Amino acid sequence: MGGTLSAVFEPGFFTSAPVHAALLTGAVVALISSTVGVFTVLRSQSFAGHSLADLGTLGGSGAFLLGVGPLWGFIAAGMVVGGAMDLAGTQRRNSRDVATGIILGAVLGLSALLLYFDTTESSTTGVTVTVLFGSLFAVSGYTVPAAVAFTALGLATLVLCYRPLLLSSVSTDLAAARGIRVRLLGLTFMLVMGVTVALSSLIVGTILSPALLIGPAAAALRLTRRPLAAMGTAAALGVAATWLGVLLAYDSYHWKPVGSGWPVSFFIIGLIFIAYMLSGLRKPGRTPTTADAASEAV
Amino acid sequence: MFEPFMQATWITASIIAVVAALVGFFVVLRGATFTAHAVPNAAFAGAAGASLIGVSSLAGLGIFSLGGALLIGLLSRRGRHDAVTALIVGLMLGLGALFLSWSTEYAPEIYSLLFGEVLGLSSNDVTTTAILALVCIAVLACIYRPLMLSSTLPEVAEARGIPALRIDLLFLALVALASTTAVPVVGALLMFSLMIGPPAAARAVTTHPAPAICLAVVLALATVWIAIAASYQTNWPIGFFVGIGCALWYVLARAIAKLCHL
Repeated sequence: MGGTLSAVFEPGFFTSAPVHAALLTGAVVALISSTVGVFTVLRSQSFAGHSLADLGTLGGSGAFLLGVGPLWGFIAAGMVVGGAMDLAGTQRRNSRDVATGIILGAVLGLSALLLYFDTTESSTTGVTVTVLFGSLFAVSGYTVPAAVAFTALGLATLVLCYRPLLLSSVSTDLAAARGIRVRLLGLTFMLVMGVTVALSSLIVGTILSPALLIGPAAAALRLTRRPLAAMGTAAALGVAATWLGVLLAYDSYHWKPVGSGWPVSFFIIGLIFIAYMLSGLRKPGRTPTTADAASEAV
Repeated sequence: MFEPFMQATWITASIIAVVAALVGFFVVLRGATFTAHAVPNAAFAGAAGASLIGVSSLAGLGIFSLGGALLIGLLSRRGRHDAVTALIVGLMLGLGALFLSWSTEYAPEIYSLLFGEVLGLSSNDVTTTAILALVCIAVLACIYRPLMLSSTLPEVAEARGIPALRIDLLFLALVALASTTAVPVVGALLMFSLMIGPPAAARAVTTHPAPAICLAVVLALATVWIAIAASYQTNWPIGFFVGIGCALWYVLARAIAKLCHL
């Protein structure tokens, strides 16, 4: 028994301070991302969510250049670009995706320039990698509590407008007919998503952040039709994947081919992907329909 | 700017601009923007993997972009398309992060795979790019009519017996091929901008396919040429000029369309 345990949990797993921090912050980010993610998936805004995480590159590289804390770079970039995406887009999905894509392209071009300045002026060639692939084990300082506070604020906004937001997510027309200001609500959601995603990409890296946003939520929505249950399932899946991923990454320090450990984001994304594939095995009969979610929202 | 060592750059980038505009027209028409973002990212992971095990990076690019594209096509039959795409792009980038953590690749290499490094191409690159681009255009020419029909009027295409899934997978393979051609030269992020910006701008001012395709090609070529010239003069990364340029074309086209009430 003891042998098996120490094979699963490499010695020192429970006493290492970086592991504690990674488990805690990872769980918080996973919880918040998965909850916001259910709305993102319901509103078919996965592309916007993914792009918002990508623009973390802009916030990160800009902050590196200016020498200010990355937190403010991420928050500013998230708000500005989230708002721009909502204003540039229209209700039709195709043209909305094109507008998102155009903004994403411009933002990526800008980050290319900022990263270039970072590398030439401060000769820190590792900046690109740090910003893009950020590591859960490298989180530190005041960033985490501040980021958590901001995301909690965003989450509170979502709770406040839960019902109208849910209704407008599943049926814009129905929501508009009930006198809900759909455009304003959409903008609010984009701003909340902008801040949440940008901050989570600050903590867990630009790659992992969108996966945590979309993956657990998409899997949960295949398992249950009810939005609240989906949020619970998504949060549980996200936290489970994060913790298991941290454990595997810790163990992987002793794996081949290198002795330096595999990236934690790879494990978490891999686990989320497996969870999504498994969720497809169960046949719920049908996907969540407008009526199902609307009946809960009304 | 037009010295012999720059010739390869001008030719390769022009070929890529044409391919990106042609394929990108259908990307915009089919609303496959997210897919166009995902596939070059998969190609990036492939390049990282190939350099790790020491095979030709072209093989890695091809296999990963094709694999990623087909995975998106097949999985999204039973699930939300955009959520599936987001998952695949995450998976691919995760794999890329894994490969990079194993390799001892120097950071600038990664940077150039993402943001492009067009200065200093060789004549070998020109040949490879030209061949791949020709294949790409040939495939596009062969499936042009059914692809156009299934992109604009899916129900009519279905009624005429054009298999939607097969066309979709063929189209995704085409995007993968275009990405394989372009990513080693212009980088994953740049290729996305080129595929979306010029065609979206062209579609904003005209709805007829032939003029829109021509305009998209012209705009893409103009973007690339201006970007190379500006990048040569300022030494700034080419990705910046292409990304901003594509966005400006789109804004301009939207403004013109609004002014003329098109």
